[in-house]
Amino acid sequence: MVDILQSIIPPALFFSAPLIFTALGGVFSERSGVVNIGLEGLMVMGAFVGIVFNLTFADVFGDWTPWLSIIVAMVVSAIFSIIHAVASVSFRADQVVSGVAINFLALGLGVFLTKQWYDKGQTDMVTKPFYTMDIPLLSKVPVIGDIFFQGIYLTSYLAIILAFVAWYVLHKTPFGLRLRAVGEHPAAADTNGINVYKMRYIAVIISGAMGGLGGSVFALTIALNFSHATIVGQGFMSLAAVIFGKWHPLGAMGAALFFGFAQSLSVISAGVPFLEDVPQVFLLIAPYVLTILALAGFVGRSEAPKANGVPYIKGSR
Amino acid sequence: MASNKLFNILVPIISVLLGLIAGAIIMLVSGYNPIAGYTALWNGAFGDLYFMGETVRQITPYILTGLAVAFAFRSGLFNIGAEGQVIVGWLAAVWVGLAIDAPMIIHLPLAVIAAAVAGAIWGFIPGILKAKLGVHEVIVTIMMNYIALYCTNEIIRSVLTDNMDSTEIIPPSASLASEWLQGLTFFSRMHYGILIALFAAVVMWFIMQRTTIGYELKAVGFNQHASKYAGMKVSKNIILSMVIAGAFAGLAGAMEGLGTYGSISVMSGFTNLGFDGIAVALLGANTALGVVLAAILFGVLKVGAINMPTGAEVPTELVDIIIALIIFFVASSYIIRWILLRFKKEGK
Repeated sequence: MVDILQSIIPPALFFSAPLIFTALGGVFSERSGVVNIGLEGLMVMGAFVGIVFNLTFADVFGDWTPWLSIIVAMVVSAIFSIIHAVASVSFRADQVVSGVAINFLALGLGVFLTKQWYDKGQTDMVTKPFYTMDIPLLSKVPVIGDIFFQGIYLTSYLAIILAFVAWYVLHKTPFGLRLRAVGEHPAAADTNGINVYKMRYIAVIISGAMGGLGGSVFALTIALNFSHATIVGQGFMSLAAVIFGKWHPLGAMGAALFFGFAQSLSVISAGVPFLEDVPQVFLLIAPYVLTILALAGFVGRSEAPKANGVPYIKGSR
Repeated sequence: MASNKLFNILVPIISVLLGLIAGAIIMLVSGYNPIAGYTALWNGAFGDLYFMGETVRQITPYILTGLAVAFAFRSGLFNIGAEGQVIVGWLAAVWVGLAIDAPMIIHLPLAVIAAAVAGAIWGFIPGILKAKLGVHEVIVTIMMNYIALYCTNEIIRSVLTDNMDSTEIIPPSASLASEWLQGLTFFSRMHYGILIALFAAVVMWFIMQRTTIGYELKAVGFNQHASKYAGMKVSKNIILSMVIAGAFAGLAGAMEGLGTYGSISVMSGFTNLGFDGIAVALLGANTALGVVLAAILFGVLKVGAINMPTGAEVPTELVDIIIALIIFFVASSYIIRWILLRFKKEGK
């Protein structure tokens, strides 16, 4: 049993980390009332920047390169997401439309620049990706150590820790209360002296940073290079995790973990006794079918934040 | 209001112009010659009859996926699932094409209808879940895309072929391809599907503008509660909207399966026809005529782009950037409107 868990849990954490980061970003944005279909594009931007930085500066920064890469990717994606913020907050654009534009723009820019800088459709493989490691001390704990603390990427833990940080920020601080108020009833929040536009800008920029983090972590743990096919749908899966998790940081994390777990099943099925005989296709579609069943069955009606998707116009009723 | 109507026409045109100007600036900054770039694009789309045929071929599925997204949008539903509906439509069309032996007059319509039905079923599932259980249609359609992709690949490998990556070519009795059109366009892959696509656009216009069904669908899109109060069945309309949208997207799959390729192959990723359909619908303001015009524009840009690397050494992805910017400008129409009003006032 421990063997089986040991072969399931580390890959599950590995696959879900990028989704957790991005979904947390989605929670911030949507909780402030800005729909973010653009998560996919923000991940593309993060993956692109992460890979390019890593390739360019691997010799300069050595083993610190992957960490610096994800930080730079966060910053660039955060700046990139300002486009979405300007369109959907200041220009009162349809937020879905603007998000779709972000997706097209990120992919177009990423591949365009890749072709210009590297003269081919995809970059080289990075030389300094993240590696798995055993956590000192904790990996020695019997049973638990084997399952949770051996051969794990540090970024997986970072994702789970950040989910709790996001929960604390959103639900336990004045800033979080204001952010949620802006998403539920912007006019009331405005009356109470909260700057609706500023809060929404901040929320979208946070989602940009988190999307960039998710994309770059995906690129530096799973893909290891950048091409048009690096990020294909992970952003949409993260969006699904946001809705599945009912716009709650921990819920989103749970949903992302579930997706990661289901994805890892199809990868490792060959080594697990019950799953060996199941045709591959059932394992491949399992995460998606289960999500639909779960939503239809016990999760029930998903109520978005009240003002989600509605541009706030000062003075309107 | 007359000026409002004028704005509605002006905004997309200005957006397209701004997008093209921005594309030129990007080419300039990246060290390419924008005039050479756009010349290559133009030649790639209209240079000779072959390229024109290919452009029409690309426009065909774009019209249908654009309609699929636009139709659902009108009832307040966001159909990200056009992608999956295209894939199942493609599969169903080719399946019927290969499995049945019949004269063309029965075989071809049957294959086309099979595609529409398959797409409709793929739209029905998110529709009924939204209507009866309130499950968010965005998330269900995203999931349905993946299910369509993986199931289709499996069926190609183990049902339609014996572990091959591609099916056989469908017999001529199920094919939309036309020697006449191909001969006319130097053997491009242009096919009769364009007629189906244009007919579908007319159908959408007719349903939306001339029938009670369309009126109810739009009413539900505007305000569900008011529609319910007026005695309309909201859930029936939601399901109907997704079913018709799915059928449009399924037809787009038939265009690829029966027209362009004549077969179906294992896909490593999505076709992107459905996702591009979102852009087409948005630029076309979710109306039938708008979708046709937007599909023409995107078809021209996409096919023309293929000629850009050889003609001017510009990467094809420049066109994706231009499309993104056009959508962005359309989305920000409020600001364009504001600037136009400013100019008007100063002019007086």
